[in-house]
Amino acid sequence: MVDTRERPVSDDAVEAAPSTAIAVNGGEAIAYALKQIEPEVVAAYPITPQTLIIEKFAEYCADGVVRTEYINVESEHAALSACVGASAAGARAITATAGPGLALMFEMLGVTSGMRLPIVMHLCTRALSAPLNILGDHSDAMAMRETGWVMLSGSSPQEAYDLALVAQTVAEHPDVMLPCANLVDGFMVTHAVERVDVLPDDVVRDYVGEYEPETSLLAEGSTATYGALDFRDYYFEHRRQQEAALYASQPVVEASLKRFGEISGRHHQILEPYRMDDAEVVLVFMGSAEGQAHAAVDAARAAGVKAGALRIRLLRPFPVDAIAEALSGARVVGVMDRAIGFGSAVNPLLADIKSALWSRTDRPLMKGFVYGLGGRVVTLGQLNQALGELVSAFESGEESTTTTYLGLREDPESAEVSS
Amino acid sequence: MTLKLRDLTLLDDGFESGHGLCAGCSESVIVRQVLLALANEPVVALATGCLEVSSTRFPDTAWKVPLIHSAFENAATSASGIEAAYKALVRKGRMAERPMTFVVFGGDGATYDIGFQWLSGALERGHKFMYICLNNEGYMNTGIQRSGATMLGAWTTTTPAGDLVPGKPQWRKDMTGIVASHGVPYVAQAAVHHWKDLMTKVRTAEKAEGPAFLNVFAPCDRGWRYEPEDTMAISRLAVETALWPLYEVDDGKYKLNGPRHKTRPIIDYLESQGRFRHLLKDKEPGVIEEIQANVDREWNRLRERCGLEPEVTPETTEAAVSAD
Repeated sequence: MVDTRERPVSDDAVEAAPSTAIAVNGGEAIAYALKQIEPEVVAAYPITPQTLIIEKFAEYCADGVVRTEYINVESEHAALSACVGASAAGARAITATAGPGLALMFEMLGVTSGMRLPIVMHLCTRALSAPLNILGDHSDAMAMRETGWVMLSGSSPQEAYDLALVAQTVAEHPDVMLPCANLVDGFMVTHAVERVDVLPDDVVRDYVGEYEPETSLLAEGSTATYGALDFRDYYFEHRRQQEAALYASQPVVEASLKRFGEISGRHHQILEPYRMDDAEVVLVFMGSAEGQAHAAVDAARAAGVKAGALRIRLLRPFPVDAIAEALSGARVVGVMDRAIGFGSAVNPLLADIKSALWSRTDRPLMKGFVYGLGGRVVTLGQLNQALGELVSAFESGEESTTTTYLGLREDPESAEVSS
Repeated sequence: MTLKLRDLTLLDDGFESGHGLCAGCSESVIVRQVLLALANEPVVALATGCLEVSSTRFPDTAWKVPLIHSAFENAATSASGIEAAYKALVRKGRMAERPMTFVVFGGDGATYDIGFQWLSGALERGHKFMYICLNNEGYMNTGIQRSGATMLGAWTTTTPAGDLVPGKPQWRKDMTGIVASHGVPYVAQAAVHHWKDLMTKVRTAEKAEGPAFLNVFAPCDRGWRYEPEDTMAISRLAVETALWPLYEVDDGKYKLNGPRHKTRPIIDYLESQGRFRHLLKDKEPGVIEEIQANVDREWNRLRERCGLEPEVTPETTEAAVSAD
């Protein structure tokens, strides 16, 4: 499976390290990154569609390829709990989960960020129960947004690998010291076999370095206390410090991505624009719908529409100014949510985009779409439909406040679902 | 080193005065005994509970040793992570090997109930750590609610002594036996009043090649409704009535460490605490009999495991508990 021929990966390959192309799915791509990072501790509990990661990593451990302590915990809550103990002890600790596993971890998400422990989690995004559904959507990721983690999102196995490395450097940066999640679309990315260019081990080691905390439980002579009780006299200040650190992580993310570009030739940014230079009608989305979105933009462009697409790579901290800048020329913006924000004013990604653009005097018309819940196949037709609705709004100048559900079997008049 | 009070008095025990635990509380006494008994450098993991909120209120701490509190239910898992980190850091040459002991303190709520799964997982995985259950038979930190360790008939704020239901309707969980069933190297029951027994057990536990579990009886004057100065006497009564036998399971072998004979009936114990007052007003004599039957059954089962003959209950004694 491994193609050991060295080959250039981009025009920048002259400066970048020689990569090796391997054919793997997204889960194995992350496992490969974990092997190269060789953290002291990995603690995880099997859950579809994340199992690919930990099964592959368990093989690395069993074969002695890595010196990691791999803790086969009894639940996802314990997975993150064990990482918290390990990280406070001065170890680099990594976990991975999906949907219901993340829900079970929920208490620990805030404990981790509140204790300022730079744990990295690979979240294979999955629908939440009930009804039980093992397939991909963003319900879990959206429920995690306000727990204090840095959240990166990719769209391919390649990016799953790349961001696994970037996440490590962001979390452990002295100005950040916060946990970081690498969002990987369940099945669409975790199970998609694609070519992934992996960096040489020494280049990865040099990029991620070692985790060298200021204090730890195991440091000689340590009297550190982690997880003290704060009352009304300190809690507020500590939470504010945590918030400031999260906002301060954006330039660290940008710098880490830039440095990654220099070593790999793959220049990711916090937002991924597509044909945005003169775009007036724009689709905003996150994750693996990239192929369909780009194809829909291409089709609209061919029909004379100045269409573009903008993918969110940094979900938290939400890069408000960068988004306002990226959408400054847009007249109509459609936001694609792969989750429902039950009972909210609007769905989660649309809420963020609306907030980001609110202070602009020349706000574009905005429109919300929901798509792909519970693994519902995302088609080019759905994206074409979305762009079509945006073009209509552009032509009429009227903003639609209703949500369009793409690919849903429903009578739009009665809202009754047909089978 | 032998355990002599004169020597122990001179040692620095790692837990400062000035914490906020109640007068008469067992927990600081147990913590100090445990820390004093350790030969190795400790790292402490706490579950949420009285001990944690009373000793780690920022910016103060009573602890002179490294400590982590993560959540209510997962202190055993904190220890799992710390132990794994230690092994990997040593293996990677990132820290030098040195003798360390990873100690968990959790209440009976954290141990018997909400943290049961986390503890069981850590025991099964075989991490080398020492789990100390501070067993005060209830959720005292949240205001004296029942737990799986609360005994039959006891008043708590969630099992009030009502006209229909006289306190807690269920007996209690045999947590020590459940942990022993995991097949871990060392399991023991101890009690706050018997410092030498507890400290000896801590030393044995520290040498275990795997998980060690100590279920330590920790009377709570606030929750059990007795005077603060009676803590040690009540702890002793629990052992004398065989409600809380002192024993150990060392590599699967059961051994009684405390009195070999039951010298008092359970009524002596019940009379010592306000939480049983409603039972003594002749409202529910059947409950007292049921408690005695439960104590007898468990005592004889333990004796059998220790290779001893069964024993019957002695008659009520006249001994006044407070004069003990």
